[in-house]
Amino acid sequence: MSYRNQFNAETQLKLSPFFDRTSQLNESQEWRRWSGYLSATNYELTHENEYFAIRTKAALLDITPLYKYLIQGPDAQRFLDRLVTRNINICKVGQVMYTPWCDEDGKVIDDGTVQRISERKFRITSAEPNLEWLEYNALGMDLIISDDSVTTAALALQGPNSRKILNAVSSDSLNSLKFFWMMDTMFNDIPVSISRTGYTGDLGYEIWMDTNDALFIWDLLLEKGEPYGITPTGLQALDIARIEAGLILLDVDYISSRHAIVESRKSSPYELGLGWAVKMKKKDFIGKQALGREVTRGPEWEFVGIEIEWSELENHYRNVGLAPGLPSTAWRTSTPIYKNSEQVGYATSGAWSPILKRYIALAHVKSHYSKIGTVLDFELKVEHFRKLTSAEVVNTPFFDPERKRSCPE
Amino acid sequence: MSGIKKYDAIVIGGGHNGLTAAAYLGRAGKKVLVLERRYVLGGAAVTEEIFPGFKFSVCSYVVSLMKPNIMRELMLPRFGLELLPLESTFTPLENDYLIRTADADQTFREIARHSLRDAEAYLRFGPLMGQIGMAVRPILETIAPNAIRPSLSDLFAGKKLLDHLKTLTSEQFEYLTKLMTMSSADFLDEWFEFEPLKSTMCASGIIGTFMGPRSPGSAYVMLHHYMGDIDGAFRAWGFQRGGTGAVSLAIARSAEHFGADIMTEAPVEKVIVKNGQAVGVALENGDEYTSDMVISGLDPKLSFLKLVDESDLPSDFVKDIKNFRIRGSSGKVNLALDGLPDFTCLPGDGHHLRGAISISPSYDHLEKAYDDAKYGNFSKAPYMDIILPSVLDPEMAPPGKHVMSCFVQYAPYNIKGGWDDQKRDAFGDAVVNTLARFAPNIKDIILHRQVLSPADLESIIGLTEGNIFHGELTLQQLFSFRPAVKWADYKTPIKNYYQCGSGTHPGGGITGSPGEMAAKKILGQWT
Repeated sequence: MSYRNQFNAETQLKLSPFFDRTSQLNESQEWRRWSGYLSATNYELTHENEYFAIRTKAALLDITPLYKYLIQGPDAQRFLDRLVTRNINICKVGQVMYTPWCDEDGKVIDDGTVQRISERKFRITSAEPNLEWLEYNALGMDLIISDDSVTTAALALQGPNSRKILNAVSSDSLNSLKFFWMMDTMFNDIPVSISRTGYTGDLGYEIWMDTNDALFIWDLLLEKGEPYGITPTGLQALDIARIEAGLILLDVDYISSRHAIVESRKSSPYELGLGWAVKMKKKDFIGKQALGREVTRGPEWEFVGIEIEWSELENHYRNVGLAPGLPSTAWRTSTPIYKNSEQVGYATSGAWSPILKRYIALAHVKSHYSKIGTVLDFELKVEHFRKLTSAEVVNTPFFDPERKRSCPE
Repeated sequence: MSGIKKYDAIVIGGGHNGLTAAAYLGRAGKKVLVLERRYVLGGAAVTEEIFPGFKFSVCSYVVSLMKPNIMRELMLPRFGLELLPLESTFTPLENDYLIRTADADQTFREIARHSLRDAEAYLRFGPLMGQIGMAVRPILETIAPNAIRPSLSDLFAGKKLLDHLKTLTSEQFEYLTKLMTMSSADFLDEWFEFEPLKSTMCASGIIGTFMGPRSPGSAYVMLHHYMGDIDGAFRAWGFQRGGTGAVSLAIARSAEHFGADIMTEAPVEKVIVKNGQAVGVALENGDEYTSDMVISGLDPKLSFLKLVDESDLPSDFVKDIKNFRIRGSSGKVNLALDGLPDFTCLPGDGHHLRGAISISPSYDHLEKAYDDAKYGNFSKAPYMDIILPSVLDPEMAPPGKHVMSCFVQYAPYNIKGGWDDQKRDAFGDAVVNTLARFAPNIKDIILHRQVLSPADLESIIGLTEGNIFHGELTLQQLFSFRPAVKWADYKTPIKNYYQCGSGTHPGGGITGSPGEMAAKKILGQWT
């Protein structure tokens, strides 16, 4: 049973166009702030069902708070290619690229996706507002930058059943849409664009629509998705999934160089495990010179996945007469990592992975200690006392199902 | 009773800095006497019941930069220091408004309503100013070295400063240089485009100075105000429960706790100087008190041109003090209200009344206000920084009634023809009329109006020319130059005669710093 209640509180926070529905569905009434929006922490009283929706069914997330910018004009490609570290010149129409972008010192400002909507039109998403930086770097270029954040609503539909649900509502089949590609289609005569992207490391899609169509599309997806287990999902479940996927989060795993205040808080793409996204063969891009020097001398830090050794952890708890206790949700408190009693790094987010049954974390470690298989000491607080337990540097993503990239025969 | 009791130190002026110095000296075991001219303590940080039931922070109305160590060392919370946060800055416009609050998301959204670019820039501006403020604080907190004939300890202090400057990043150094040299308008133009945001932010660059927003040098004054420090949080301004007078009283109670004697209605006529050495003071009523040293909390003009004879001072020093710029540029209007002002752009009661209300809709509003003053008139449409103390502390007014504090700029001390009752009334009318443009109900709810021209601030409070900072906070009057080169270390050319008012480093505002640092300087020398 549930209690009917009338929540009429005034809020000073932004409300997503889906709020009329999400507020009705949020049984826990737990909300977080996401870019000044009220965002559901979890819809049910615990996040577990929502987490498993991501991994076994289909999870529906309101991702409208992402910042979105449209870049249009003859110089749009040249502009973006100079802005980001990946090679936008080879990005085809309908393709999406995940990329970081840097300042002149090669320190990461933000990361997000670049969608090529047409020859001369792109959309770039970001975690923090970037309009000032985009405009600053567009001086003298023939293009228009518009902040699309409020006019475009976005939903993520993530999980193994997501394709089936979309095929049930979409006028076109999603079967041939490849990982990191996008397509325009219709839901009952309403135009939407769908990208095969997400923040869960699973099969999944993101749906981009006009704000005015938001509620209709939400209702339609919930109705058609019902037989496939569609589940409105909050940020707590998402946080575990993205850690399993080894995906970084701005302001948790790193700080934008535009807001870092001190140098030591800034990170290069190499220091965030994004070296693969830096295309040094590209003619020029912001930060290239500094990154070139970093390639020569090697990055000082690296960003790695670690797995905390279970039996040692269990022993620490046994010694105080307790069964192992772990936070049931993902944590974001910086946690020291040692080697031979010297601190050599810190983990910035971690979680017990319910699908892998492993205790995993994302960590910054000095490069010398970043090799796969290196065993480090992870700080653990057991009954108010600090203990050390072994943690091994392992490959990420921790969880990487084949369905993420595959297409049906 | 003349000459009966001998004190270790006599402090002239029971303002908050004089009291702070007295408390620190008392804390070190010295026997101190504080002499205040008025019936009430506090100087410019004073609360008075001007109209029955309504308490006014007559002059100074907010607290910032009060160093946490002073609060702790003098145990001020125990003696009544209670600083309430001022939550917001509200700028009413003709058909719209701008409000900045303590919440980053809320402020981002509000600024973005006017300019997305500014909202983003604002995210970076605050932390950067905080960093610059942090970089400057150690400079402000160092006892200013003698730049002309440095002693060994001056050289040491100078080296410490240079070492500190070396720790600044190139970006910090760049902005520090800009802040030291530019006008606040030019500085803010590099960052923002929405003018009411800029004109409101730059207003703190003109407070207490005889400059407009486009006058070079005003950017530094803005930084000075940006360093407001409540509970260690940068740029937080606070309101003292009971008005600013309660800050002074808390310090006074602390000083008494440490053994100080405090006398009110005891105006000092002269510092008694014998053989080039201060040995006591003579009151206007003829009483004399002797002491090992005399410390003046008054402004430099009074401390050196009135309390002592010029013949006791070196002529170049007298010249420096005469040249010290202390031009009063502001007035104060305190209103007892039957209710709350109702702003056309944001009607009704709300969060916007809990903080500062800034009448600063554009650069031109401020610059035109300055133009009037430049040519010897008060501003017909002045800049105002307003708070409603009774919204924060209901005990400031009877239930349901309110008090409103309006800091008004510009009102030049040297107004054409001099200040008189008629001009004071006209000035009060200009303030109310300007306010009524944004809150038309104001005229109907005024129960009592107290208008203070700079001439009134001089005659009532004792601020020469009515300057609220004991001298403008422009760069050439700061640090090693405040109040005069070679005498920025709280000493004076007269032996055992010291200074501890806002006219000394690091300057004005309810900071306690001059009083604290003067006392610490004295104690360091005095074993």
